[in-house]
Amino acid sequence: MIVIGELINGMYKDVGKAIVNKEADVIQHLAVDQVKAGATVLDVNTGPYSKNQKDDMKWLIETIQGVVQVPLALDSTKADVIEEGLKLVTKRAIINSTNADDAKMQTIFTLAKKYNTQVIGLAMDKSGVPNSKDKRLELAATIVAKAIEFDIATDDLFLDPIVLPVNVAQTQGTEVLESIREFRLLCDPSPNTTIGLSNVSQGTKFRSLVNRTFLAMAIANGLTSAILDPLDKELMDAMITAELILNKAIYCDSFLEAYRKK
Amino acid sequence: MAIEIVKEKYSSPINTVEIGSGAKCVKIGGETTLPFLFDEGDMPNAPVVALEMLDCEPVDWADSLKAAYGDAVKDPVKWAVKCVKEFGAKVLCVRLQSTHPDSGGKTAEQVIPILKSIVKEAGVPLVIVGGGDEEKDNDVLPKVSQALKGENCLFGIATQDNYKTLTATCLADGHSIIAESPIDINIAKQVNILISDMGFNPARIVMHPTTTSLGYGMEYVYSIMERGRLAAFIGDKMLAMPFVLFVGAEVWKTKEAKESAAAQGVNWELTTAIAMLQAGADLLIMRHPEAAKSAAKYIAIAMEEK
Repeated sequence: MIVIGELINGMYKDVGKAIVNKEADVIQHLAVDQVKAGATVLDVNTGPYSKNQKDDMKWLIETIQGVVQVPLALDSTKADVIEEGLKLVTKRAIINSTNADDAKMQTIFTLAKKYNTQVIGLAMDKSGVPNSKDKRLELAATIVAKAIEFDIATDDLFLDPIVLPVNVAQTQGTEVLESIREFRLLCDPSPNTTIGLSNVSQGTKFRSLVNRTFLAMAIANGLTSAILDPLDKELMDAMITAELILNKAIYCDSFLEAYRKK
Repeated sequence: MAIEIVKEKYSSPINTVEIGSGAKCVKIGGETTLPFLFDEGDMPNAPVVALEMLDCEPVDWADSLKAAYGDAVKDPVKWAVKCVKEFGAKVLCVRLQSTHPDSGGKTAEQVIPILKSIVKEAGVPLVIVGGGDEEKDNDVLPKVSQALKGENCLFGIATQDNYKTLTATCLADGHSIIAESPIDINIAKQVNILISDMGFNPARIVMHPTTTSLGYGMEYVYSIMERGRLAAFIGDKMLAMPFVLFVGAEVWKTKEAKESAAAQGVNWELTTAIAMLQAGADLLIMRHPEAAKSAAKYIAIAMEEK
């Protein structure tokens, strides 16, 4: 599994504050802790409080790269903010994200080609998040077709079916799970799949339990990556166990530890 | 239409383990492909054949096997020298048989001078395994290990239930270690984790997946080795260790080898050795010098394709 650590996001209060006050140690701790806990990629999002997103993105990347060397997922709705970041990254980055709108794809895939990045493609468009598997599949296919047009390898795509909170959109759980399975069949090589996991438990009482149950189900449906909180140890344990059951690793009594020794 | 041959490319190599010190040190492991598939990856180090000897005269060895060494079996130092000078062994495996309570129960103090002489006279890297009595091995091996500090030997044998003493000893004295499992990939991985949990460098572990002879379930070992290798190649660091196989000891237990003409025993050992090479063996511990010589020749020919 490609684990994209979600915690460096200005939407969280302490991170937002750290960005405003340029408290490098807060960001660096989060970077190191997430990587130690098993994140293979770190999401970087300046968040809503940022007054100058370009500068903040640059500062975040430099701050993170001062302590860890992992690929970064540059998370912004603004292409120019992402591009500023792409100029600085030392490892092959992921752009987070494009949707299925033609103009957006045009911009993002141009950047992806120019800076040789991977791309997260959200199965949504101007009209919002689809409420059926079929519509998600249609949008995902649109993204794949556009990527091929740009000569981007299909396995450099991370297709995201858009997870919705279980307490407000309970019918969407199966639609999302089935979408993940079918996204994998869209092309060869199969695209990667990803989800913003924490969204599923938004507003629920037992967030960690909901997250890890959904993650295990998504992995069983072929999920290859997720944006999640790697510091949730039980979540990571569930992920490791799910992959073990799918025969992605050889069992031994210390299989959790074996995974973490990788 | 031309048929395109599918080639696998793997991301993670097997660890390279060095045995011995100085100019005669040998390296095993380092593969990035299944055995001898040079179109798919590399084998930077050819598999190595070691000759196995005891630290005392063997009592239960087949006559045809003993005869190959003549009177040298009466004196371990002469035996060691014969293995190296006459039979060209690049590595020696010394089994401390004499320390086993059923074979005389010698103390560490009694065998250390013999081993030191072997180091001096034979001058090749050593694999040292205990006599097979856990309690006695845990007493003898730490002292032997300390006496051979700096020789960078390969010591055995650590198992899931008995690994702590030997691991601590090898860690302190700078030796590599053999981790054994009973034809069980899960336990193989577990032993490697247990040993590395003690702070032992995983890149100094050599795995013994258990050896079986031709005709006695060799194919189970083969499939376990292949499974371990494939997992290692895609990134399982806890299975990325080279394999050692005690081919000689296993084969010369069988009635097919023991109770027939010498040639059959030699061929039995050689056939088992070749199968293990094709399964991914990095270090073969063999007993009959003729079988060892032929196995080495087989390796040389197979490596020519490189």
